[in-house]
Amino acid sequence: MNGFYHPGRSLLHRMPAVAKLLTLIVTVTVVAFLRSPEALGIALAVTTLLFVVAGIPPRLALRAVGPVFWVLLIAVPLNGWLVGWDSAVIMALRVVTVVALAGLFTLTTTVSAVLGAVETLLRPLPRVDADRVGLLLALTIRAIPLLSEIVGSVFEARRARGVDRSLRAIAVPVIVRSLQSADELGDALIARGVDD
Amino acid sequence: MGDIRFEGVSHHFGDDAVLRDIDLTLTEQRIGVVGANGSGKSTLVRLVNGLVSPQAGRVLVDGQDVAKHAREVRRRVGFIFTNPDTQIVMPTVREDVAFSLRRLKLPATDAAARVDAALERFGLDALADRAAHKLSGGQKQLLALAAVLVAEPSIVIADEPTTLLDGRNARIVTEYLGSLHQQLIVVTHQLELLEDFERVIVMEDGRVVADDAPGPALELYRAAIR
Repeated sequence: MNGFYHPGRSLLHRMPAVAKLLTLIVTVTVVAFLRSPEALGIALAVTTLLFVVAGIPPRLALRAVGPVFWVLLIAVPLNGWLVGWDSAVIMALRVVTVVALAGLFTLTTTVSAVLGAVETLLRPLPRVDADRVGLLLALTIRAIPLLSEIVGSVFEARRARGVDRSLRAIAVPVIVRSLQSADELGDALIARGVDD
Repeated sequence: MGDIRFEGVSHHFGDDAVLRDIDLTLTEQRIGVVGANGSGKSTLVRLVNGLVSPQAGRVLVDGQDVAKHAREVRRRVGFIFTNPDTQIVMPTVREDVAFSLRRLKLPATDAAARVDAALERFGLDALADRAAHKLSGGQKQLLALAAVLVAEPSIVIADEPTTLLDGRNARIVTEYLGSLHQQLIVVTHQLELLEDFERVIVMEDGRVVADDAPGPALELYRAAIR
């Protein structure tokens, strides 16, 4: 979800985020209960067709689904050996379909729209501050590149100072700079009226 | 123009006094604040929108005590921080600018129109759907400017906005700051930025040691740091 959105004007892009999120939840639940490889194969084919309908370039589609293949590389042989190869194929098809559906959702929905949808769905719940939950999600997503930059620059500094093997030389500055950034981000949020 | 008053303001961090009995009235359109690191200049401007509360005295913005009406005051005071990375909240450029309008509860079409106008004004329209954290330092600071100005504050405070930028980007951000019609308070070490300002305040050890037109104030400051 971090800069993962692919702009477009397709039906999926224009579909309201709340409806899209609910459809995703229902579809993933249905896929989780499918037991036959044929049915799962059809679900995966339909999902692939939806990627085409949404105009998602194959490179981005692979980026969305690719990481799960590393997990399957271990999980499928293990499952095949312990439970049986039919079960391994069903598990692989199910996981790829679910991850592809989730990827399709993030590729066709802006983070604002996702947050808006989450807030809309949470609003009727008693004792849940939907705006705060939405902000929490936004900040969690934002923290990923921020932390990645901090770790990257600490690694560079560590190499420049020739202390490659010291764990402390990474952990201490990463923690200190993360806390400092959190403090600054807190100030920026207050300045931008988040406590209104 | 806004009317910002500091009345007998003092502030400490632990045992260290960062501001000592400050009395100021700021009504000019463009005001610069200079001083060595630790002189209290950042704390001074943070008091204006309630990011810091004074331990003695009070700060008034257009007659409202910031300590008592911080939320109302913040709607009129936009704040640009030194590090644009820690001001970005949302993943894309457009979403981050739109984030500033959440508190105003505008109709979606009005909010979108204001966001588009802000993006265009700061030359970010072509980058609207880009990941905000992948922008260059200068672009990030322009995004911070757009995100502040889309809410149409009457006072803009910039705390060392060009410190982390290269010369070219610093010039671009400076030009945008110079074109603002709002009351502008800039904390900076780039003294040339302040030469056409109306007023410059020089801070030292938590006190105002000069408060004058840029010519004499900057001359005194340059002499002090030489």
